Amino acid sequence: MHLTRPAWRRRLSGLHKKAPSAGGYSLSLTAEPGGGARLVLAGRLDLGGLEQIEGDLGGVWEQTSPKRLVVDLSGVTYLDSAGALALGQLEQQAAARGVELAYQGLGPAAQGIKGLLDWQGLARQPLIPAQRYAGLLDQLGETWLAVVRDVYLVIAFLGEFLAACGRAAVNPKLLRVSEVLLYMEQVGVNGLPIVGLISFLLGLIMAFMSSLQLKPFGANIYVANLVALAMVKELGPIMTAVLVAGRSGSAFAAEIGTMKVNEEVDALVVMGYDPLVFLALPKVLAAVLTVPILTLFSDLMAITGGLVVGVAGMGLTAGSYIDQTIKSLNSGDILTGMLKSATFALLIAGIGCQRGFMVRGGAQAVGTATTSAVVSAMFLIIVADSIFAVVLHYAG
Amino acid sequence: MDDIIELIDVHKSFGKQKVLDGLSLKVPRGRTTVIIGLSGGGKSVVLKHMIGLIKPDQGQVLVAGQDITQLDDRELNQARRRFGMLFQDAALFDSMNVGDNVAFPLREHSKLNEKDIMKLVTEKLAMVGLTGAEVKMPSQLSGGMRKRAGLARAIALEPEIILFDEPTTGLDPLLTDAINRLIKDTQERLNITAVVISHDLAGAYRIAHNIAMLYQGRIVASGTPDEIRASQDPVVQQFIHGRAEGPIEVL
Repeated sequence: MHLTRPAWRRRLSGLHKKAPSAGGYSLSLTAEPGGGARLVLAGRLDLGGLEQIEGDLGGVWEQTSPKRLVVDLSGVTYLDSAGALALGQLEQQAAARGVELAYQGLGPAAQGIKGLLDWQGLARQPLIPAQRYAGLLDQLGETWLAVVRDVYLVIAFLGEFLAACGRAAVNPKLLRVSEVLLYMEQVGVNGLPIVGLISFLLGLIMAFMSSLQLKPFGANIYVANLVALAMVKELGPIMTAVLVAGRSGSAFAAEIGTMKVNEEVDALVVMGYDPLVFLALPKVLAAVLTVPILTLFSDLMAITGGLVVGVAGMGLTAGSYIDQTIKSLNSGDILTGMLKSATFALLIAGIGCQRGFMVRGGAQAVGTATTSAVVSAMFLIIVADSIFAVVLHYAG
Repeated sequence: MDDIIELIDVHKSFGKQKVLDGLSLKVPRGRTTVIIGLSGGGKSVVLKHMIGLIKPDQGQVLVAGQDITQLDDRELNQARRRFGMLFQDAALFDSMNVGDNVAFPLREHSKLNEKDIMKLVTEKLAMVGLTGAEVKMPSQLSGGMRKRAGLARAIALEPEIILFDEPTTGLDPLLTDAINRLIKDTQERLNITAVVISHDLAGAYRIAHNIAMLYQGRIVASGTPDEIRASQDPVVQQFIHGRAEGPIEVL
């Protein structure tokens, strides 16, 4: 019995039901003599109407509980695997209720579609377990484990790196001097413009801001002390290190990481090269040699920035500003600044290489390693700087 | 016939995943052995064990009678001199041109002067059909050319053993055939031992003296191509006939 939509609306009661048609399908249920029922499906049984069809077919059992259900498909014009899935579910529901189910008008094409469904496969557990949402405590624990593992790996890398340094010291031919020079250019020479610009502006800002505070006291000339001491002792090494971490630490991690992904590192090992000596040592050495010089340049540019403010805005002469700057500094300050920046360079280049060597997988891992190289380098710079602050305070 | 490489009861796990489970394999000297098996089944891991890139959790890896799992780095480097390896994507150094890539192992391990090195590079590139490609950068090469350049680098030091990690994967049928022929020619001309991992069966039949099938971390069958073809083992049968149904669960 085929009912159109308005007819269904009029005859909602009893066993007769015509579902609202989503993709142009219709359904009707009639009682048959002997406790049976007949379900007539017609139109399109497809993915577009699946939700509706499933709901309607599930609703059949609320309407009737027959001994035998005949499903008449002769009016079905279109059946896809989604429709077949809905029929399959109906079969399962019938079996669960002990209802005998038979099809009418199930052509070979429809049978073929029904055959596509792999019921065992649907029931099988997925190979990848559903994502488990860890509780706060679990997350905390896992994070700590990851941190501990990371520290362990960094220390292990440090050991291997020192061993590689030892091998290179015993056999200096292993070290590729041309590579060291190349990286010195990349880290140092190519970094000059940005380090110079940032430092110059930093000196300018510092001098300007402090002049506003010092002017009322007539202490204008001490702007030179402030800029020189702050830069040489603290800000010069830190600013330079941060810029080098962003420019070169990330580049080291990306370069080694990509080589790792492309199996180039394995190829090196196979050909008898030591990847640490070959890839990491030139980078670290170049950084340690160049970054202190870069820091001196940064100090100089910042003092120049201060000088510009002093001369243009505070009525100081260039001579007196420079004189005051020289008076405020001693060689010890400059040397400890350079020692600091050499240490920072070691940390930046070392962690950059380590993150690169840790890369497993593909492009995403290289990206993660690059980010991690910069973030870890910044963290290590600050930690090392704090240690320097305390040690230098007590030492001198 | 003596075996130049022998893996004895090798076990290897990565995390919780057991990749090799008591694998034993003999590679006869001066022959081509092809290891076939499913993608992700640990074939590359077997190859990397042979050359000491990966150390087994348990078991022995004998190269010319010497257990390389017991060697320190220096001795291992010495043992690696016997090997050349062609990586899956050739692993050419992107920052160097093709000539420098091929010259790379020569510069490290031979005492030749630069002129002789360049002569050898030209010769090796000619062997793989890449005459005149010295000045090209790896990024300018097609997949097939990269593999050939990688092979030229692998044979630069005239090793006793060459390991091929999926040399034909991702190439078109013509290039696949060309690379297979190149492997066969190289093996015959230099009389070396070749170990090839592959899931290309047609190629395996063509180049192999021996075929070994890796499944679930073990060698389940090994023999001449004819013996493999005639094998009654259901796993081997399923693999060589490329059927999704059978003892190997594909999905």
